[in-house]
Amino acid sequence: MTLTDQQRDEIRAAANTVRQDSVRMTNAATCGHPGGPMGMADFMSTLFLAHLNLNAENRHDPERDRFILGNGHTCAGLYSLLAQKGLFPSESLLEFRKFGSPLQGHPHRNLDLGIDMSTGSLGNGLSVGAGMALAAKQNNWETRVYVASSDGESQEGQIWEAATAAAHYGLSNLTVMVDFNNIQIDGVMREVMDVRDLREKYAAFGWHAVDIDGHDIDAVDGALCAAKEETTRPSAIICHTTIGKGVSFMEDKAAWHGVAPNDEQAQEALAELGA
Amino acid sequence: MLQTMARELAPLHQGDPIKAATREAYGKALLELGEEMPDLCVLDADLSGSTKTKAFGQAYPERFFNCGVAEANMMGIAAGLASMGKTVFASSFAMFATGKAWEQVRQSIAVPQFNVKVAATHAGLTVGEDGKSHQMLEDITLMRVIPGMRVLVPADAVEARLAIRAAAENEGPFYVRLSRASTPVVFGEDYKFELGKGAVLRDGGDVAIIACGIEVGMALAAAEELAQSGIEARVIAMASIKPIDADLITEAARDCGCVLTAEEHQIRGGLGSAVAEVLATRAPVPMAFCGMDDEFGQSGDAWDLISHYGLDGPGLAASARALVEAKNS
Ligand SMILES: Cc1ncc(C[n+]2csc(CCOP(=O)(O)OP(=O)(O)O)c2C)c(N)n1
Ligand SMILES: [Mg+2]
Repeated sequence: MTLTDQQRDEIRAAANTVRQDSVRMTNAATCGHPGGPMGMADFMSTLFLAHLNLNAENRHDPERDRFILGNGHTCAGLYSLLAQKGLFPSESLLEFRKFGSPLQGHPHRNLDLGIDMSTGSLGNGLSVGAGMALAAKQNNWETRVYVASSDGESQEGQIWEAATAAAHYGLSNLTVMVDFNNIQIDGVMREVMDVRDLREKYAAFGWHAVDIDGHDIDAVDGALCAAKEETTRPSAIICHTTIGKGVSFMEDKAAWHGVAPNDEQAQEALAELGA
Repeated sequence: MLQTMARELAPLHQGDPIKAATREAYGKALLELGEEMPDLCVLDADLSGSTKTKAFGQAYPERFFNCGVAEANMMGIAAGLASMGKTVFASSFAMFATGKAWEQVRQSIAVPQFNVKVAATHAGLTVGEDGKSHQMLEDITLMRVIPGMRVLVPADAVEARLAIRAAAENEGPFYVRLSRASTPVVFGEDYKFELGKGAVLRDGGDVAIIACGIEVGMALAAAEELAQSGIEARVIAMASIKPIDADLITEAARDCGCVLTAEEHQIRGGLGSAVAEVLATRAPVPMAFCGMDDEFGQSGDAWDLISHYGLDGPGLAASARALVEAKNS
């Protein structure tokens, strides 16, 4: 299965909205993490629009697909996509990180909004995804479990405990998408603590693992389709991305990991994104 | 010696009103100690800009190790370094330093009594918008319960700098809890921090408020408010939660007849519990506890959250007033 032209247009538009929302939301909150979700926008939009079986109608269906944002700090992008899929009105996005808003600074499980898991502490997500995938297998459900992770999160030992277990249990219904932008808080990942070749590592742990350009939506779609063909192994898609993608002054800069654009920067960023 | 250090704190007092974050004082203290102690090593877990260890890393790159997002491993590396004779400071956010790596801190650092100082920042509600995943409200409990672990929760930048020095100069494991937010400086330059001693910041005989961390400033505000309605509160800063100043607590209980504790932490297991452990055996009096009552925090402005959970000056004053009424009825 390949994407139709219409699907491609829709995914590109959704990804651009994710980027604009990441800028608007963090600007309104005067804090948060805009860079990560902008880099993840293309693969996340492909997942949410073309693969993840979650929408306003089936949100409470126990057999629907699950999604866990292991790198929880990038939740502006998750919230944008959930709003775009109609799980809540997009006006709520500007309440991000504010007192009383369900759109917490890091995801808090809320099935009404389609948020399957509380995250924010790096390293925890993939294990929970493995547990969900195990239960789905036990129940003979078609449910697929998707977990987003990152190069920085791959430094946590628990990721590799989860990788061992998921392969051991043959969780072919589990897919991890790793945002590999070579950036973490303290700088360039290769310099801070090099995780080296994640595709090779996941493969050595017994996973079906591929490297792709995380901004190439056809490559993302192809990798997600291939993951569904696996019958005995979990799949790892290492998505090579650029943090802050789409805004020239934000691209590839660790500084945009966790700093909100001020009004002037937000205006400039939104102009570059064609808003 | 402490007096000399107190004088060195002068730069923190420039500008009015005087406000500083305890994590800033930590960063400065590390720079001083780095010069004095050639065996001092500092570890961080991809948060060196936030925890303020970065300046040490720039000044002494050969003694600074960024372990990446891998806190459990960092504590193990700290233990190994200490076993070879190094004095080690290991930093991350309080959530990850004590939560993610609790078992490594217990087994690899505390059991062999290694010379590792876990200095954690961004403790409590005042991380604000990051929300419950980052608001560590259980760390005092988690660290206090480990045999041999000393626990310090400085009230301001002055005390933080002295507490860090005390941790460095006393052999064995320490936990120092630091904040992200800037708070008023409550201690003067002549303040002497002593391990196992609390400090009386205001005298009074109707109620004793024993606080740590940012709640010390709030307790002083509460005492001011209470004085207007004729209630005289004694305010005690208890940075040294373990070892704790049992004599000062006992004396306060006997003089005031009731004790309120205040902390940016769960009620269960924290400073309030430590004070209650002392009073239950030495001087039982009516007590009340200000802290998180068995719930997680949430996203929001740091100071809005402090008010919401009754941990600002008016919140503490209301709890103190109710306690005094209960004592007198
Ligand atoms: C267990 C844990 N340790 C530390 C942190 C603080 N933290 C949040 S994001 C981050 C960097 C993670 O790297 P990555 O996900 O690659 O960041 P990005 O590419 O989005 O900038 C760190 C250290 C955390 N959230 N959880
Ligand atoms: Mg990264």
